Amino acid sequence: MHLGMDEPRECQYNQICTHNSSSPAETPHSKKRKVKRKWQVFPGRNKFYCDGRIMMAKQTGVFYLTMVLILVTSGLFFAFDCPFLASNLTPAIPAIGGVLFFFVMGMLLRASFSDPGVLPRATPDEAADVERQIDANGASGPGYRPPPRTREVLINGQTVKLKYCFTCKIFRPPRASHCSLCDNCVERFDHHCPWVGNCVGKRNYRFFYLFILSLSFLTIFIFAFVITHVILRSNRTGFLSALKDSPASVLEVVVCFFSVWSIVGLSGFHTYLISSNQTTNEDIKGSWSSKRGKDNYNPYSHGNILTNCCAALCGPLPPSLIDRRGFVEPDAPQPAAQSNGTNMCPTTQLQSHMCHQDQCIQSTKFVLQAATTPLLHAQPVLLGGAPVLQPKPSVGGPCSALGPGQPSLPSLPSSIPGLSCGGEVLALHDSESHCHHHIHHQHFISPEETPCAAHLGHHVPLYDPASQDSLHEDSVRGLVKLSSV
Amino acid sequence: MATEFHNLQELRHSASLANKVFIQRDYSEGTVCKFQTKFPSELDSRIEKTLFEDTVKTLNNYYAEAEKIGGHSYLEGCLACITAYLIFLCMETRYEKVLKKISRYIQEQNEKIYAPRGLLITDPIERGMRVIEISIYEDRGSSGSSSGSSTTSSSGR
Repeated sequence: MHLGMDEPRECQYNQICTHNSSSPAETPHSKKRKVKRKWQVFPGRNKFYCDGRIMMAKQTGVFYLTMVLILVTSGLFFAFDCPFLASNLTPAIPAIGGVLFFFVMGMLLRASFSDPGVLPRATPDEAADVERQIDANGASGPGYRPPPRTREVLINGQTVKLKYCFTCKIFRPPRASHCSLCDNCVERFDHHCPWVGNCVGKRNYRFFYLFILSLSFLTIFIFAFVITHVILRSNRTGFLSALKDSPASVLEVVVCFFSVWSIVGLSGFHTYLISSNQTTNEDIKGSWSSKRGKDNYNPYSHGNILTNCCAALCGPLPPSLIDRRGFVEPDAPQPAAQSNGTNMCPTTQLQSHMCHQDQCIQSTKFVLQAATTPLLHAQPVLLGGAPVLQPKPSVGGPCSALGPGQPSLPSLPSSIPGLSCGGEVLALHDSESHCHHHIHHQHFISPEETPCAAHLGHHVPLYDPASQDSLHEDSVRGLVKLSSV
Repeated sequence: MATEFHNLQELRHSASLANKVFIQRDYSEGTVCKFQTKFPSELDSRIEKTLFEDTVKTLNNYYAEAEKIGGHSYLEGCLACITAYLIFLCMETRYEKVLKKISRYIQEQNEKIYAPRGLLITDPIERGMRVIEISIYEDRGSSGSSSGSSTTSSSGR
């Protein structure tokens, strides 16, 4: 019987062999179509510049303010105060100032432009698997039913609750948090800094810390030497004429005076956080404070201050998990089996980093589909990600109306800017309200658990109109039937 | 070996994806990247427990090596800080080097051990370092020949 079944299978296998010659011809053709990079289909609310090399939050107005403040103050210092100081005191002053200035700018740009440690959203299979596990756990409890969307883990003796993120469809790793402004889960989430125009997380915390530390030094440096300059001048010519000779000094002193308190304070606060290996998030919530309980301690701390500092600043830098500049597979959007299937995010997840074997399978499936096209529809449609078919119904569990359950904003594709490196200058309207990120920490940090229901019906046509997706769906069903023969 | 793998690739073409197993992260030691070595029940009939555990333990060791805080990482960190992180334009970080080693290891494991058993491991970096995804393939038509190949590979062990 087995042999009997083999024969028709082998005939089909032979068919595949002969059609293989056509598949290489197909792939260059499909590659001629515009291939998108992954940043272009990124589901979060981020802005990308320079073809995906630079990644920032959506609201960047305050970041430009930061840049302007630093550039103008430093520029005025170098232009008006440094010549006097260099000639009357020592040329080391502008030299040191210059080094500090470049370091500050470098750290600011690095903190603003790099990926803070965004966790990519779950692939549909992963999400389905997690849903199955949650349902299984929920159903098992006879009397007391715990909140279904948390998992408890024991970390170095402390019990930590892992929360489920409805947006990203993952159980967040410890210390990760969902940034409501950027709509991403970020590893070791510290806070969202509007001054830097980005989240501060695992990958850019050291740059942020070095930025505020060096900025405090720079501010104090400029403040001190501008005062020195004014005093030296007023010794010669009198105070008022000194101010008249270098009016820029007044502006610099004012800016530095008001900045120094907040920046130095912030540096001190973050020095404390680093030495105790806590995030701003954890400190504000008092997660590891002894007030919560006698046995409450920080399980992530290495024990001593020096090790904590070294680990935070000199530890290994993990790579970005989102691969912004990789290419999205040129096949059609994967979630063809979904009802709406208009969202690109699952495609990104599933088709990212396709290994050679997967590509072989993909092209084979395409060939099979092309061979069966006259049976299904007149128009051949590219099939993507076909191996993933089974778990779909369970993904649709709580969010039955929403297809892949990736509630990105409907305007997401249109909001991704052009590839100008200069970026956009946004109006400062509501960014102004986030002046002190200290005060608004609670607002930024508390994760916005928007359930899927809030995003029902959002339609994001990206590659094909909805009619094509139903074609995808039918062709996928057709293939399933074929493969089950 | 190369020709055997090529044949296995062709076998794969007639195979269809039956299931996917996700090996979750083990957070008992903190946020370091470590995967659970618990043997999933779906793989019971497919692969020996020891082989699977060896693979996961080796991966865990690689990740521990990548994230190790010690003399080498401090040196790299300080050097990078001094050069304003420009040194990474020409040099690869230690983490990236280890990740490359990991992907080579996974490919080798797939070729030697998992593909003959109708399994495929996906590199965790492609899943955000959250899970090790193991795809289970059902080779319906040529299951006779696939079991034959697995016996040859087991005899080769």
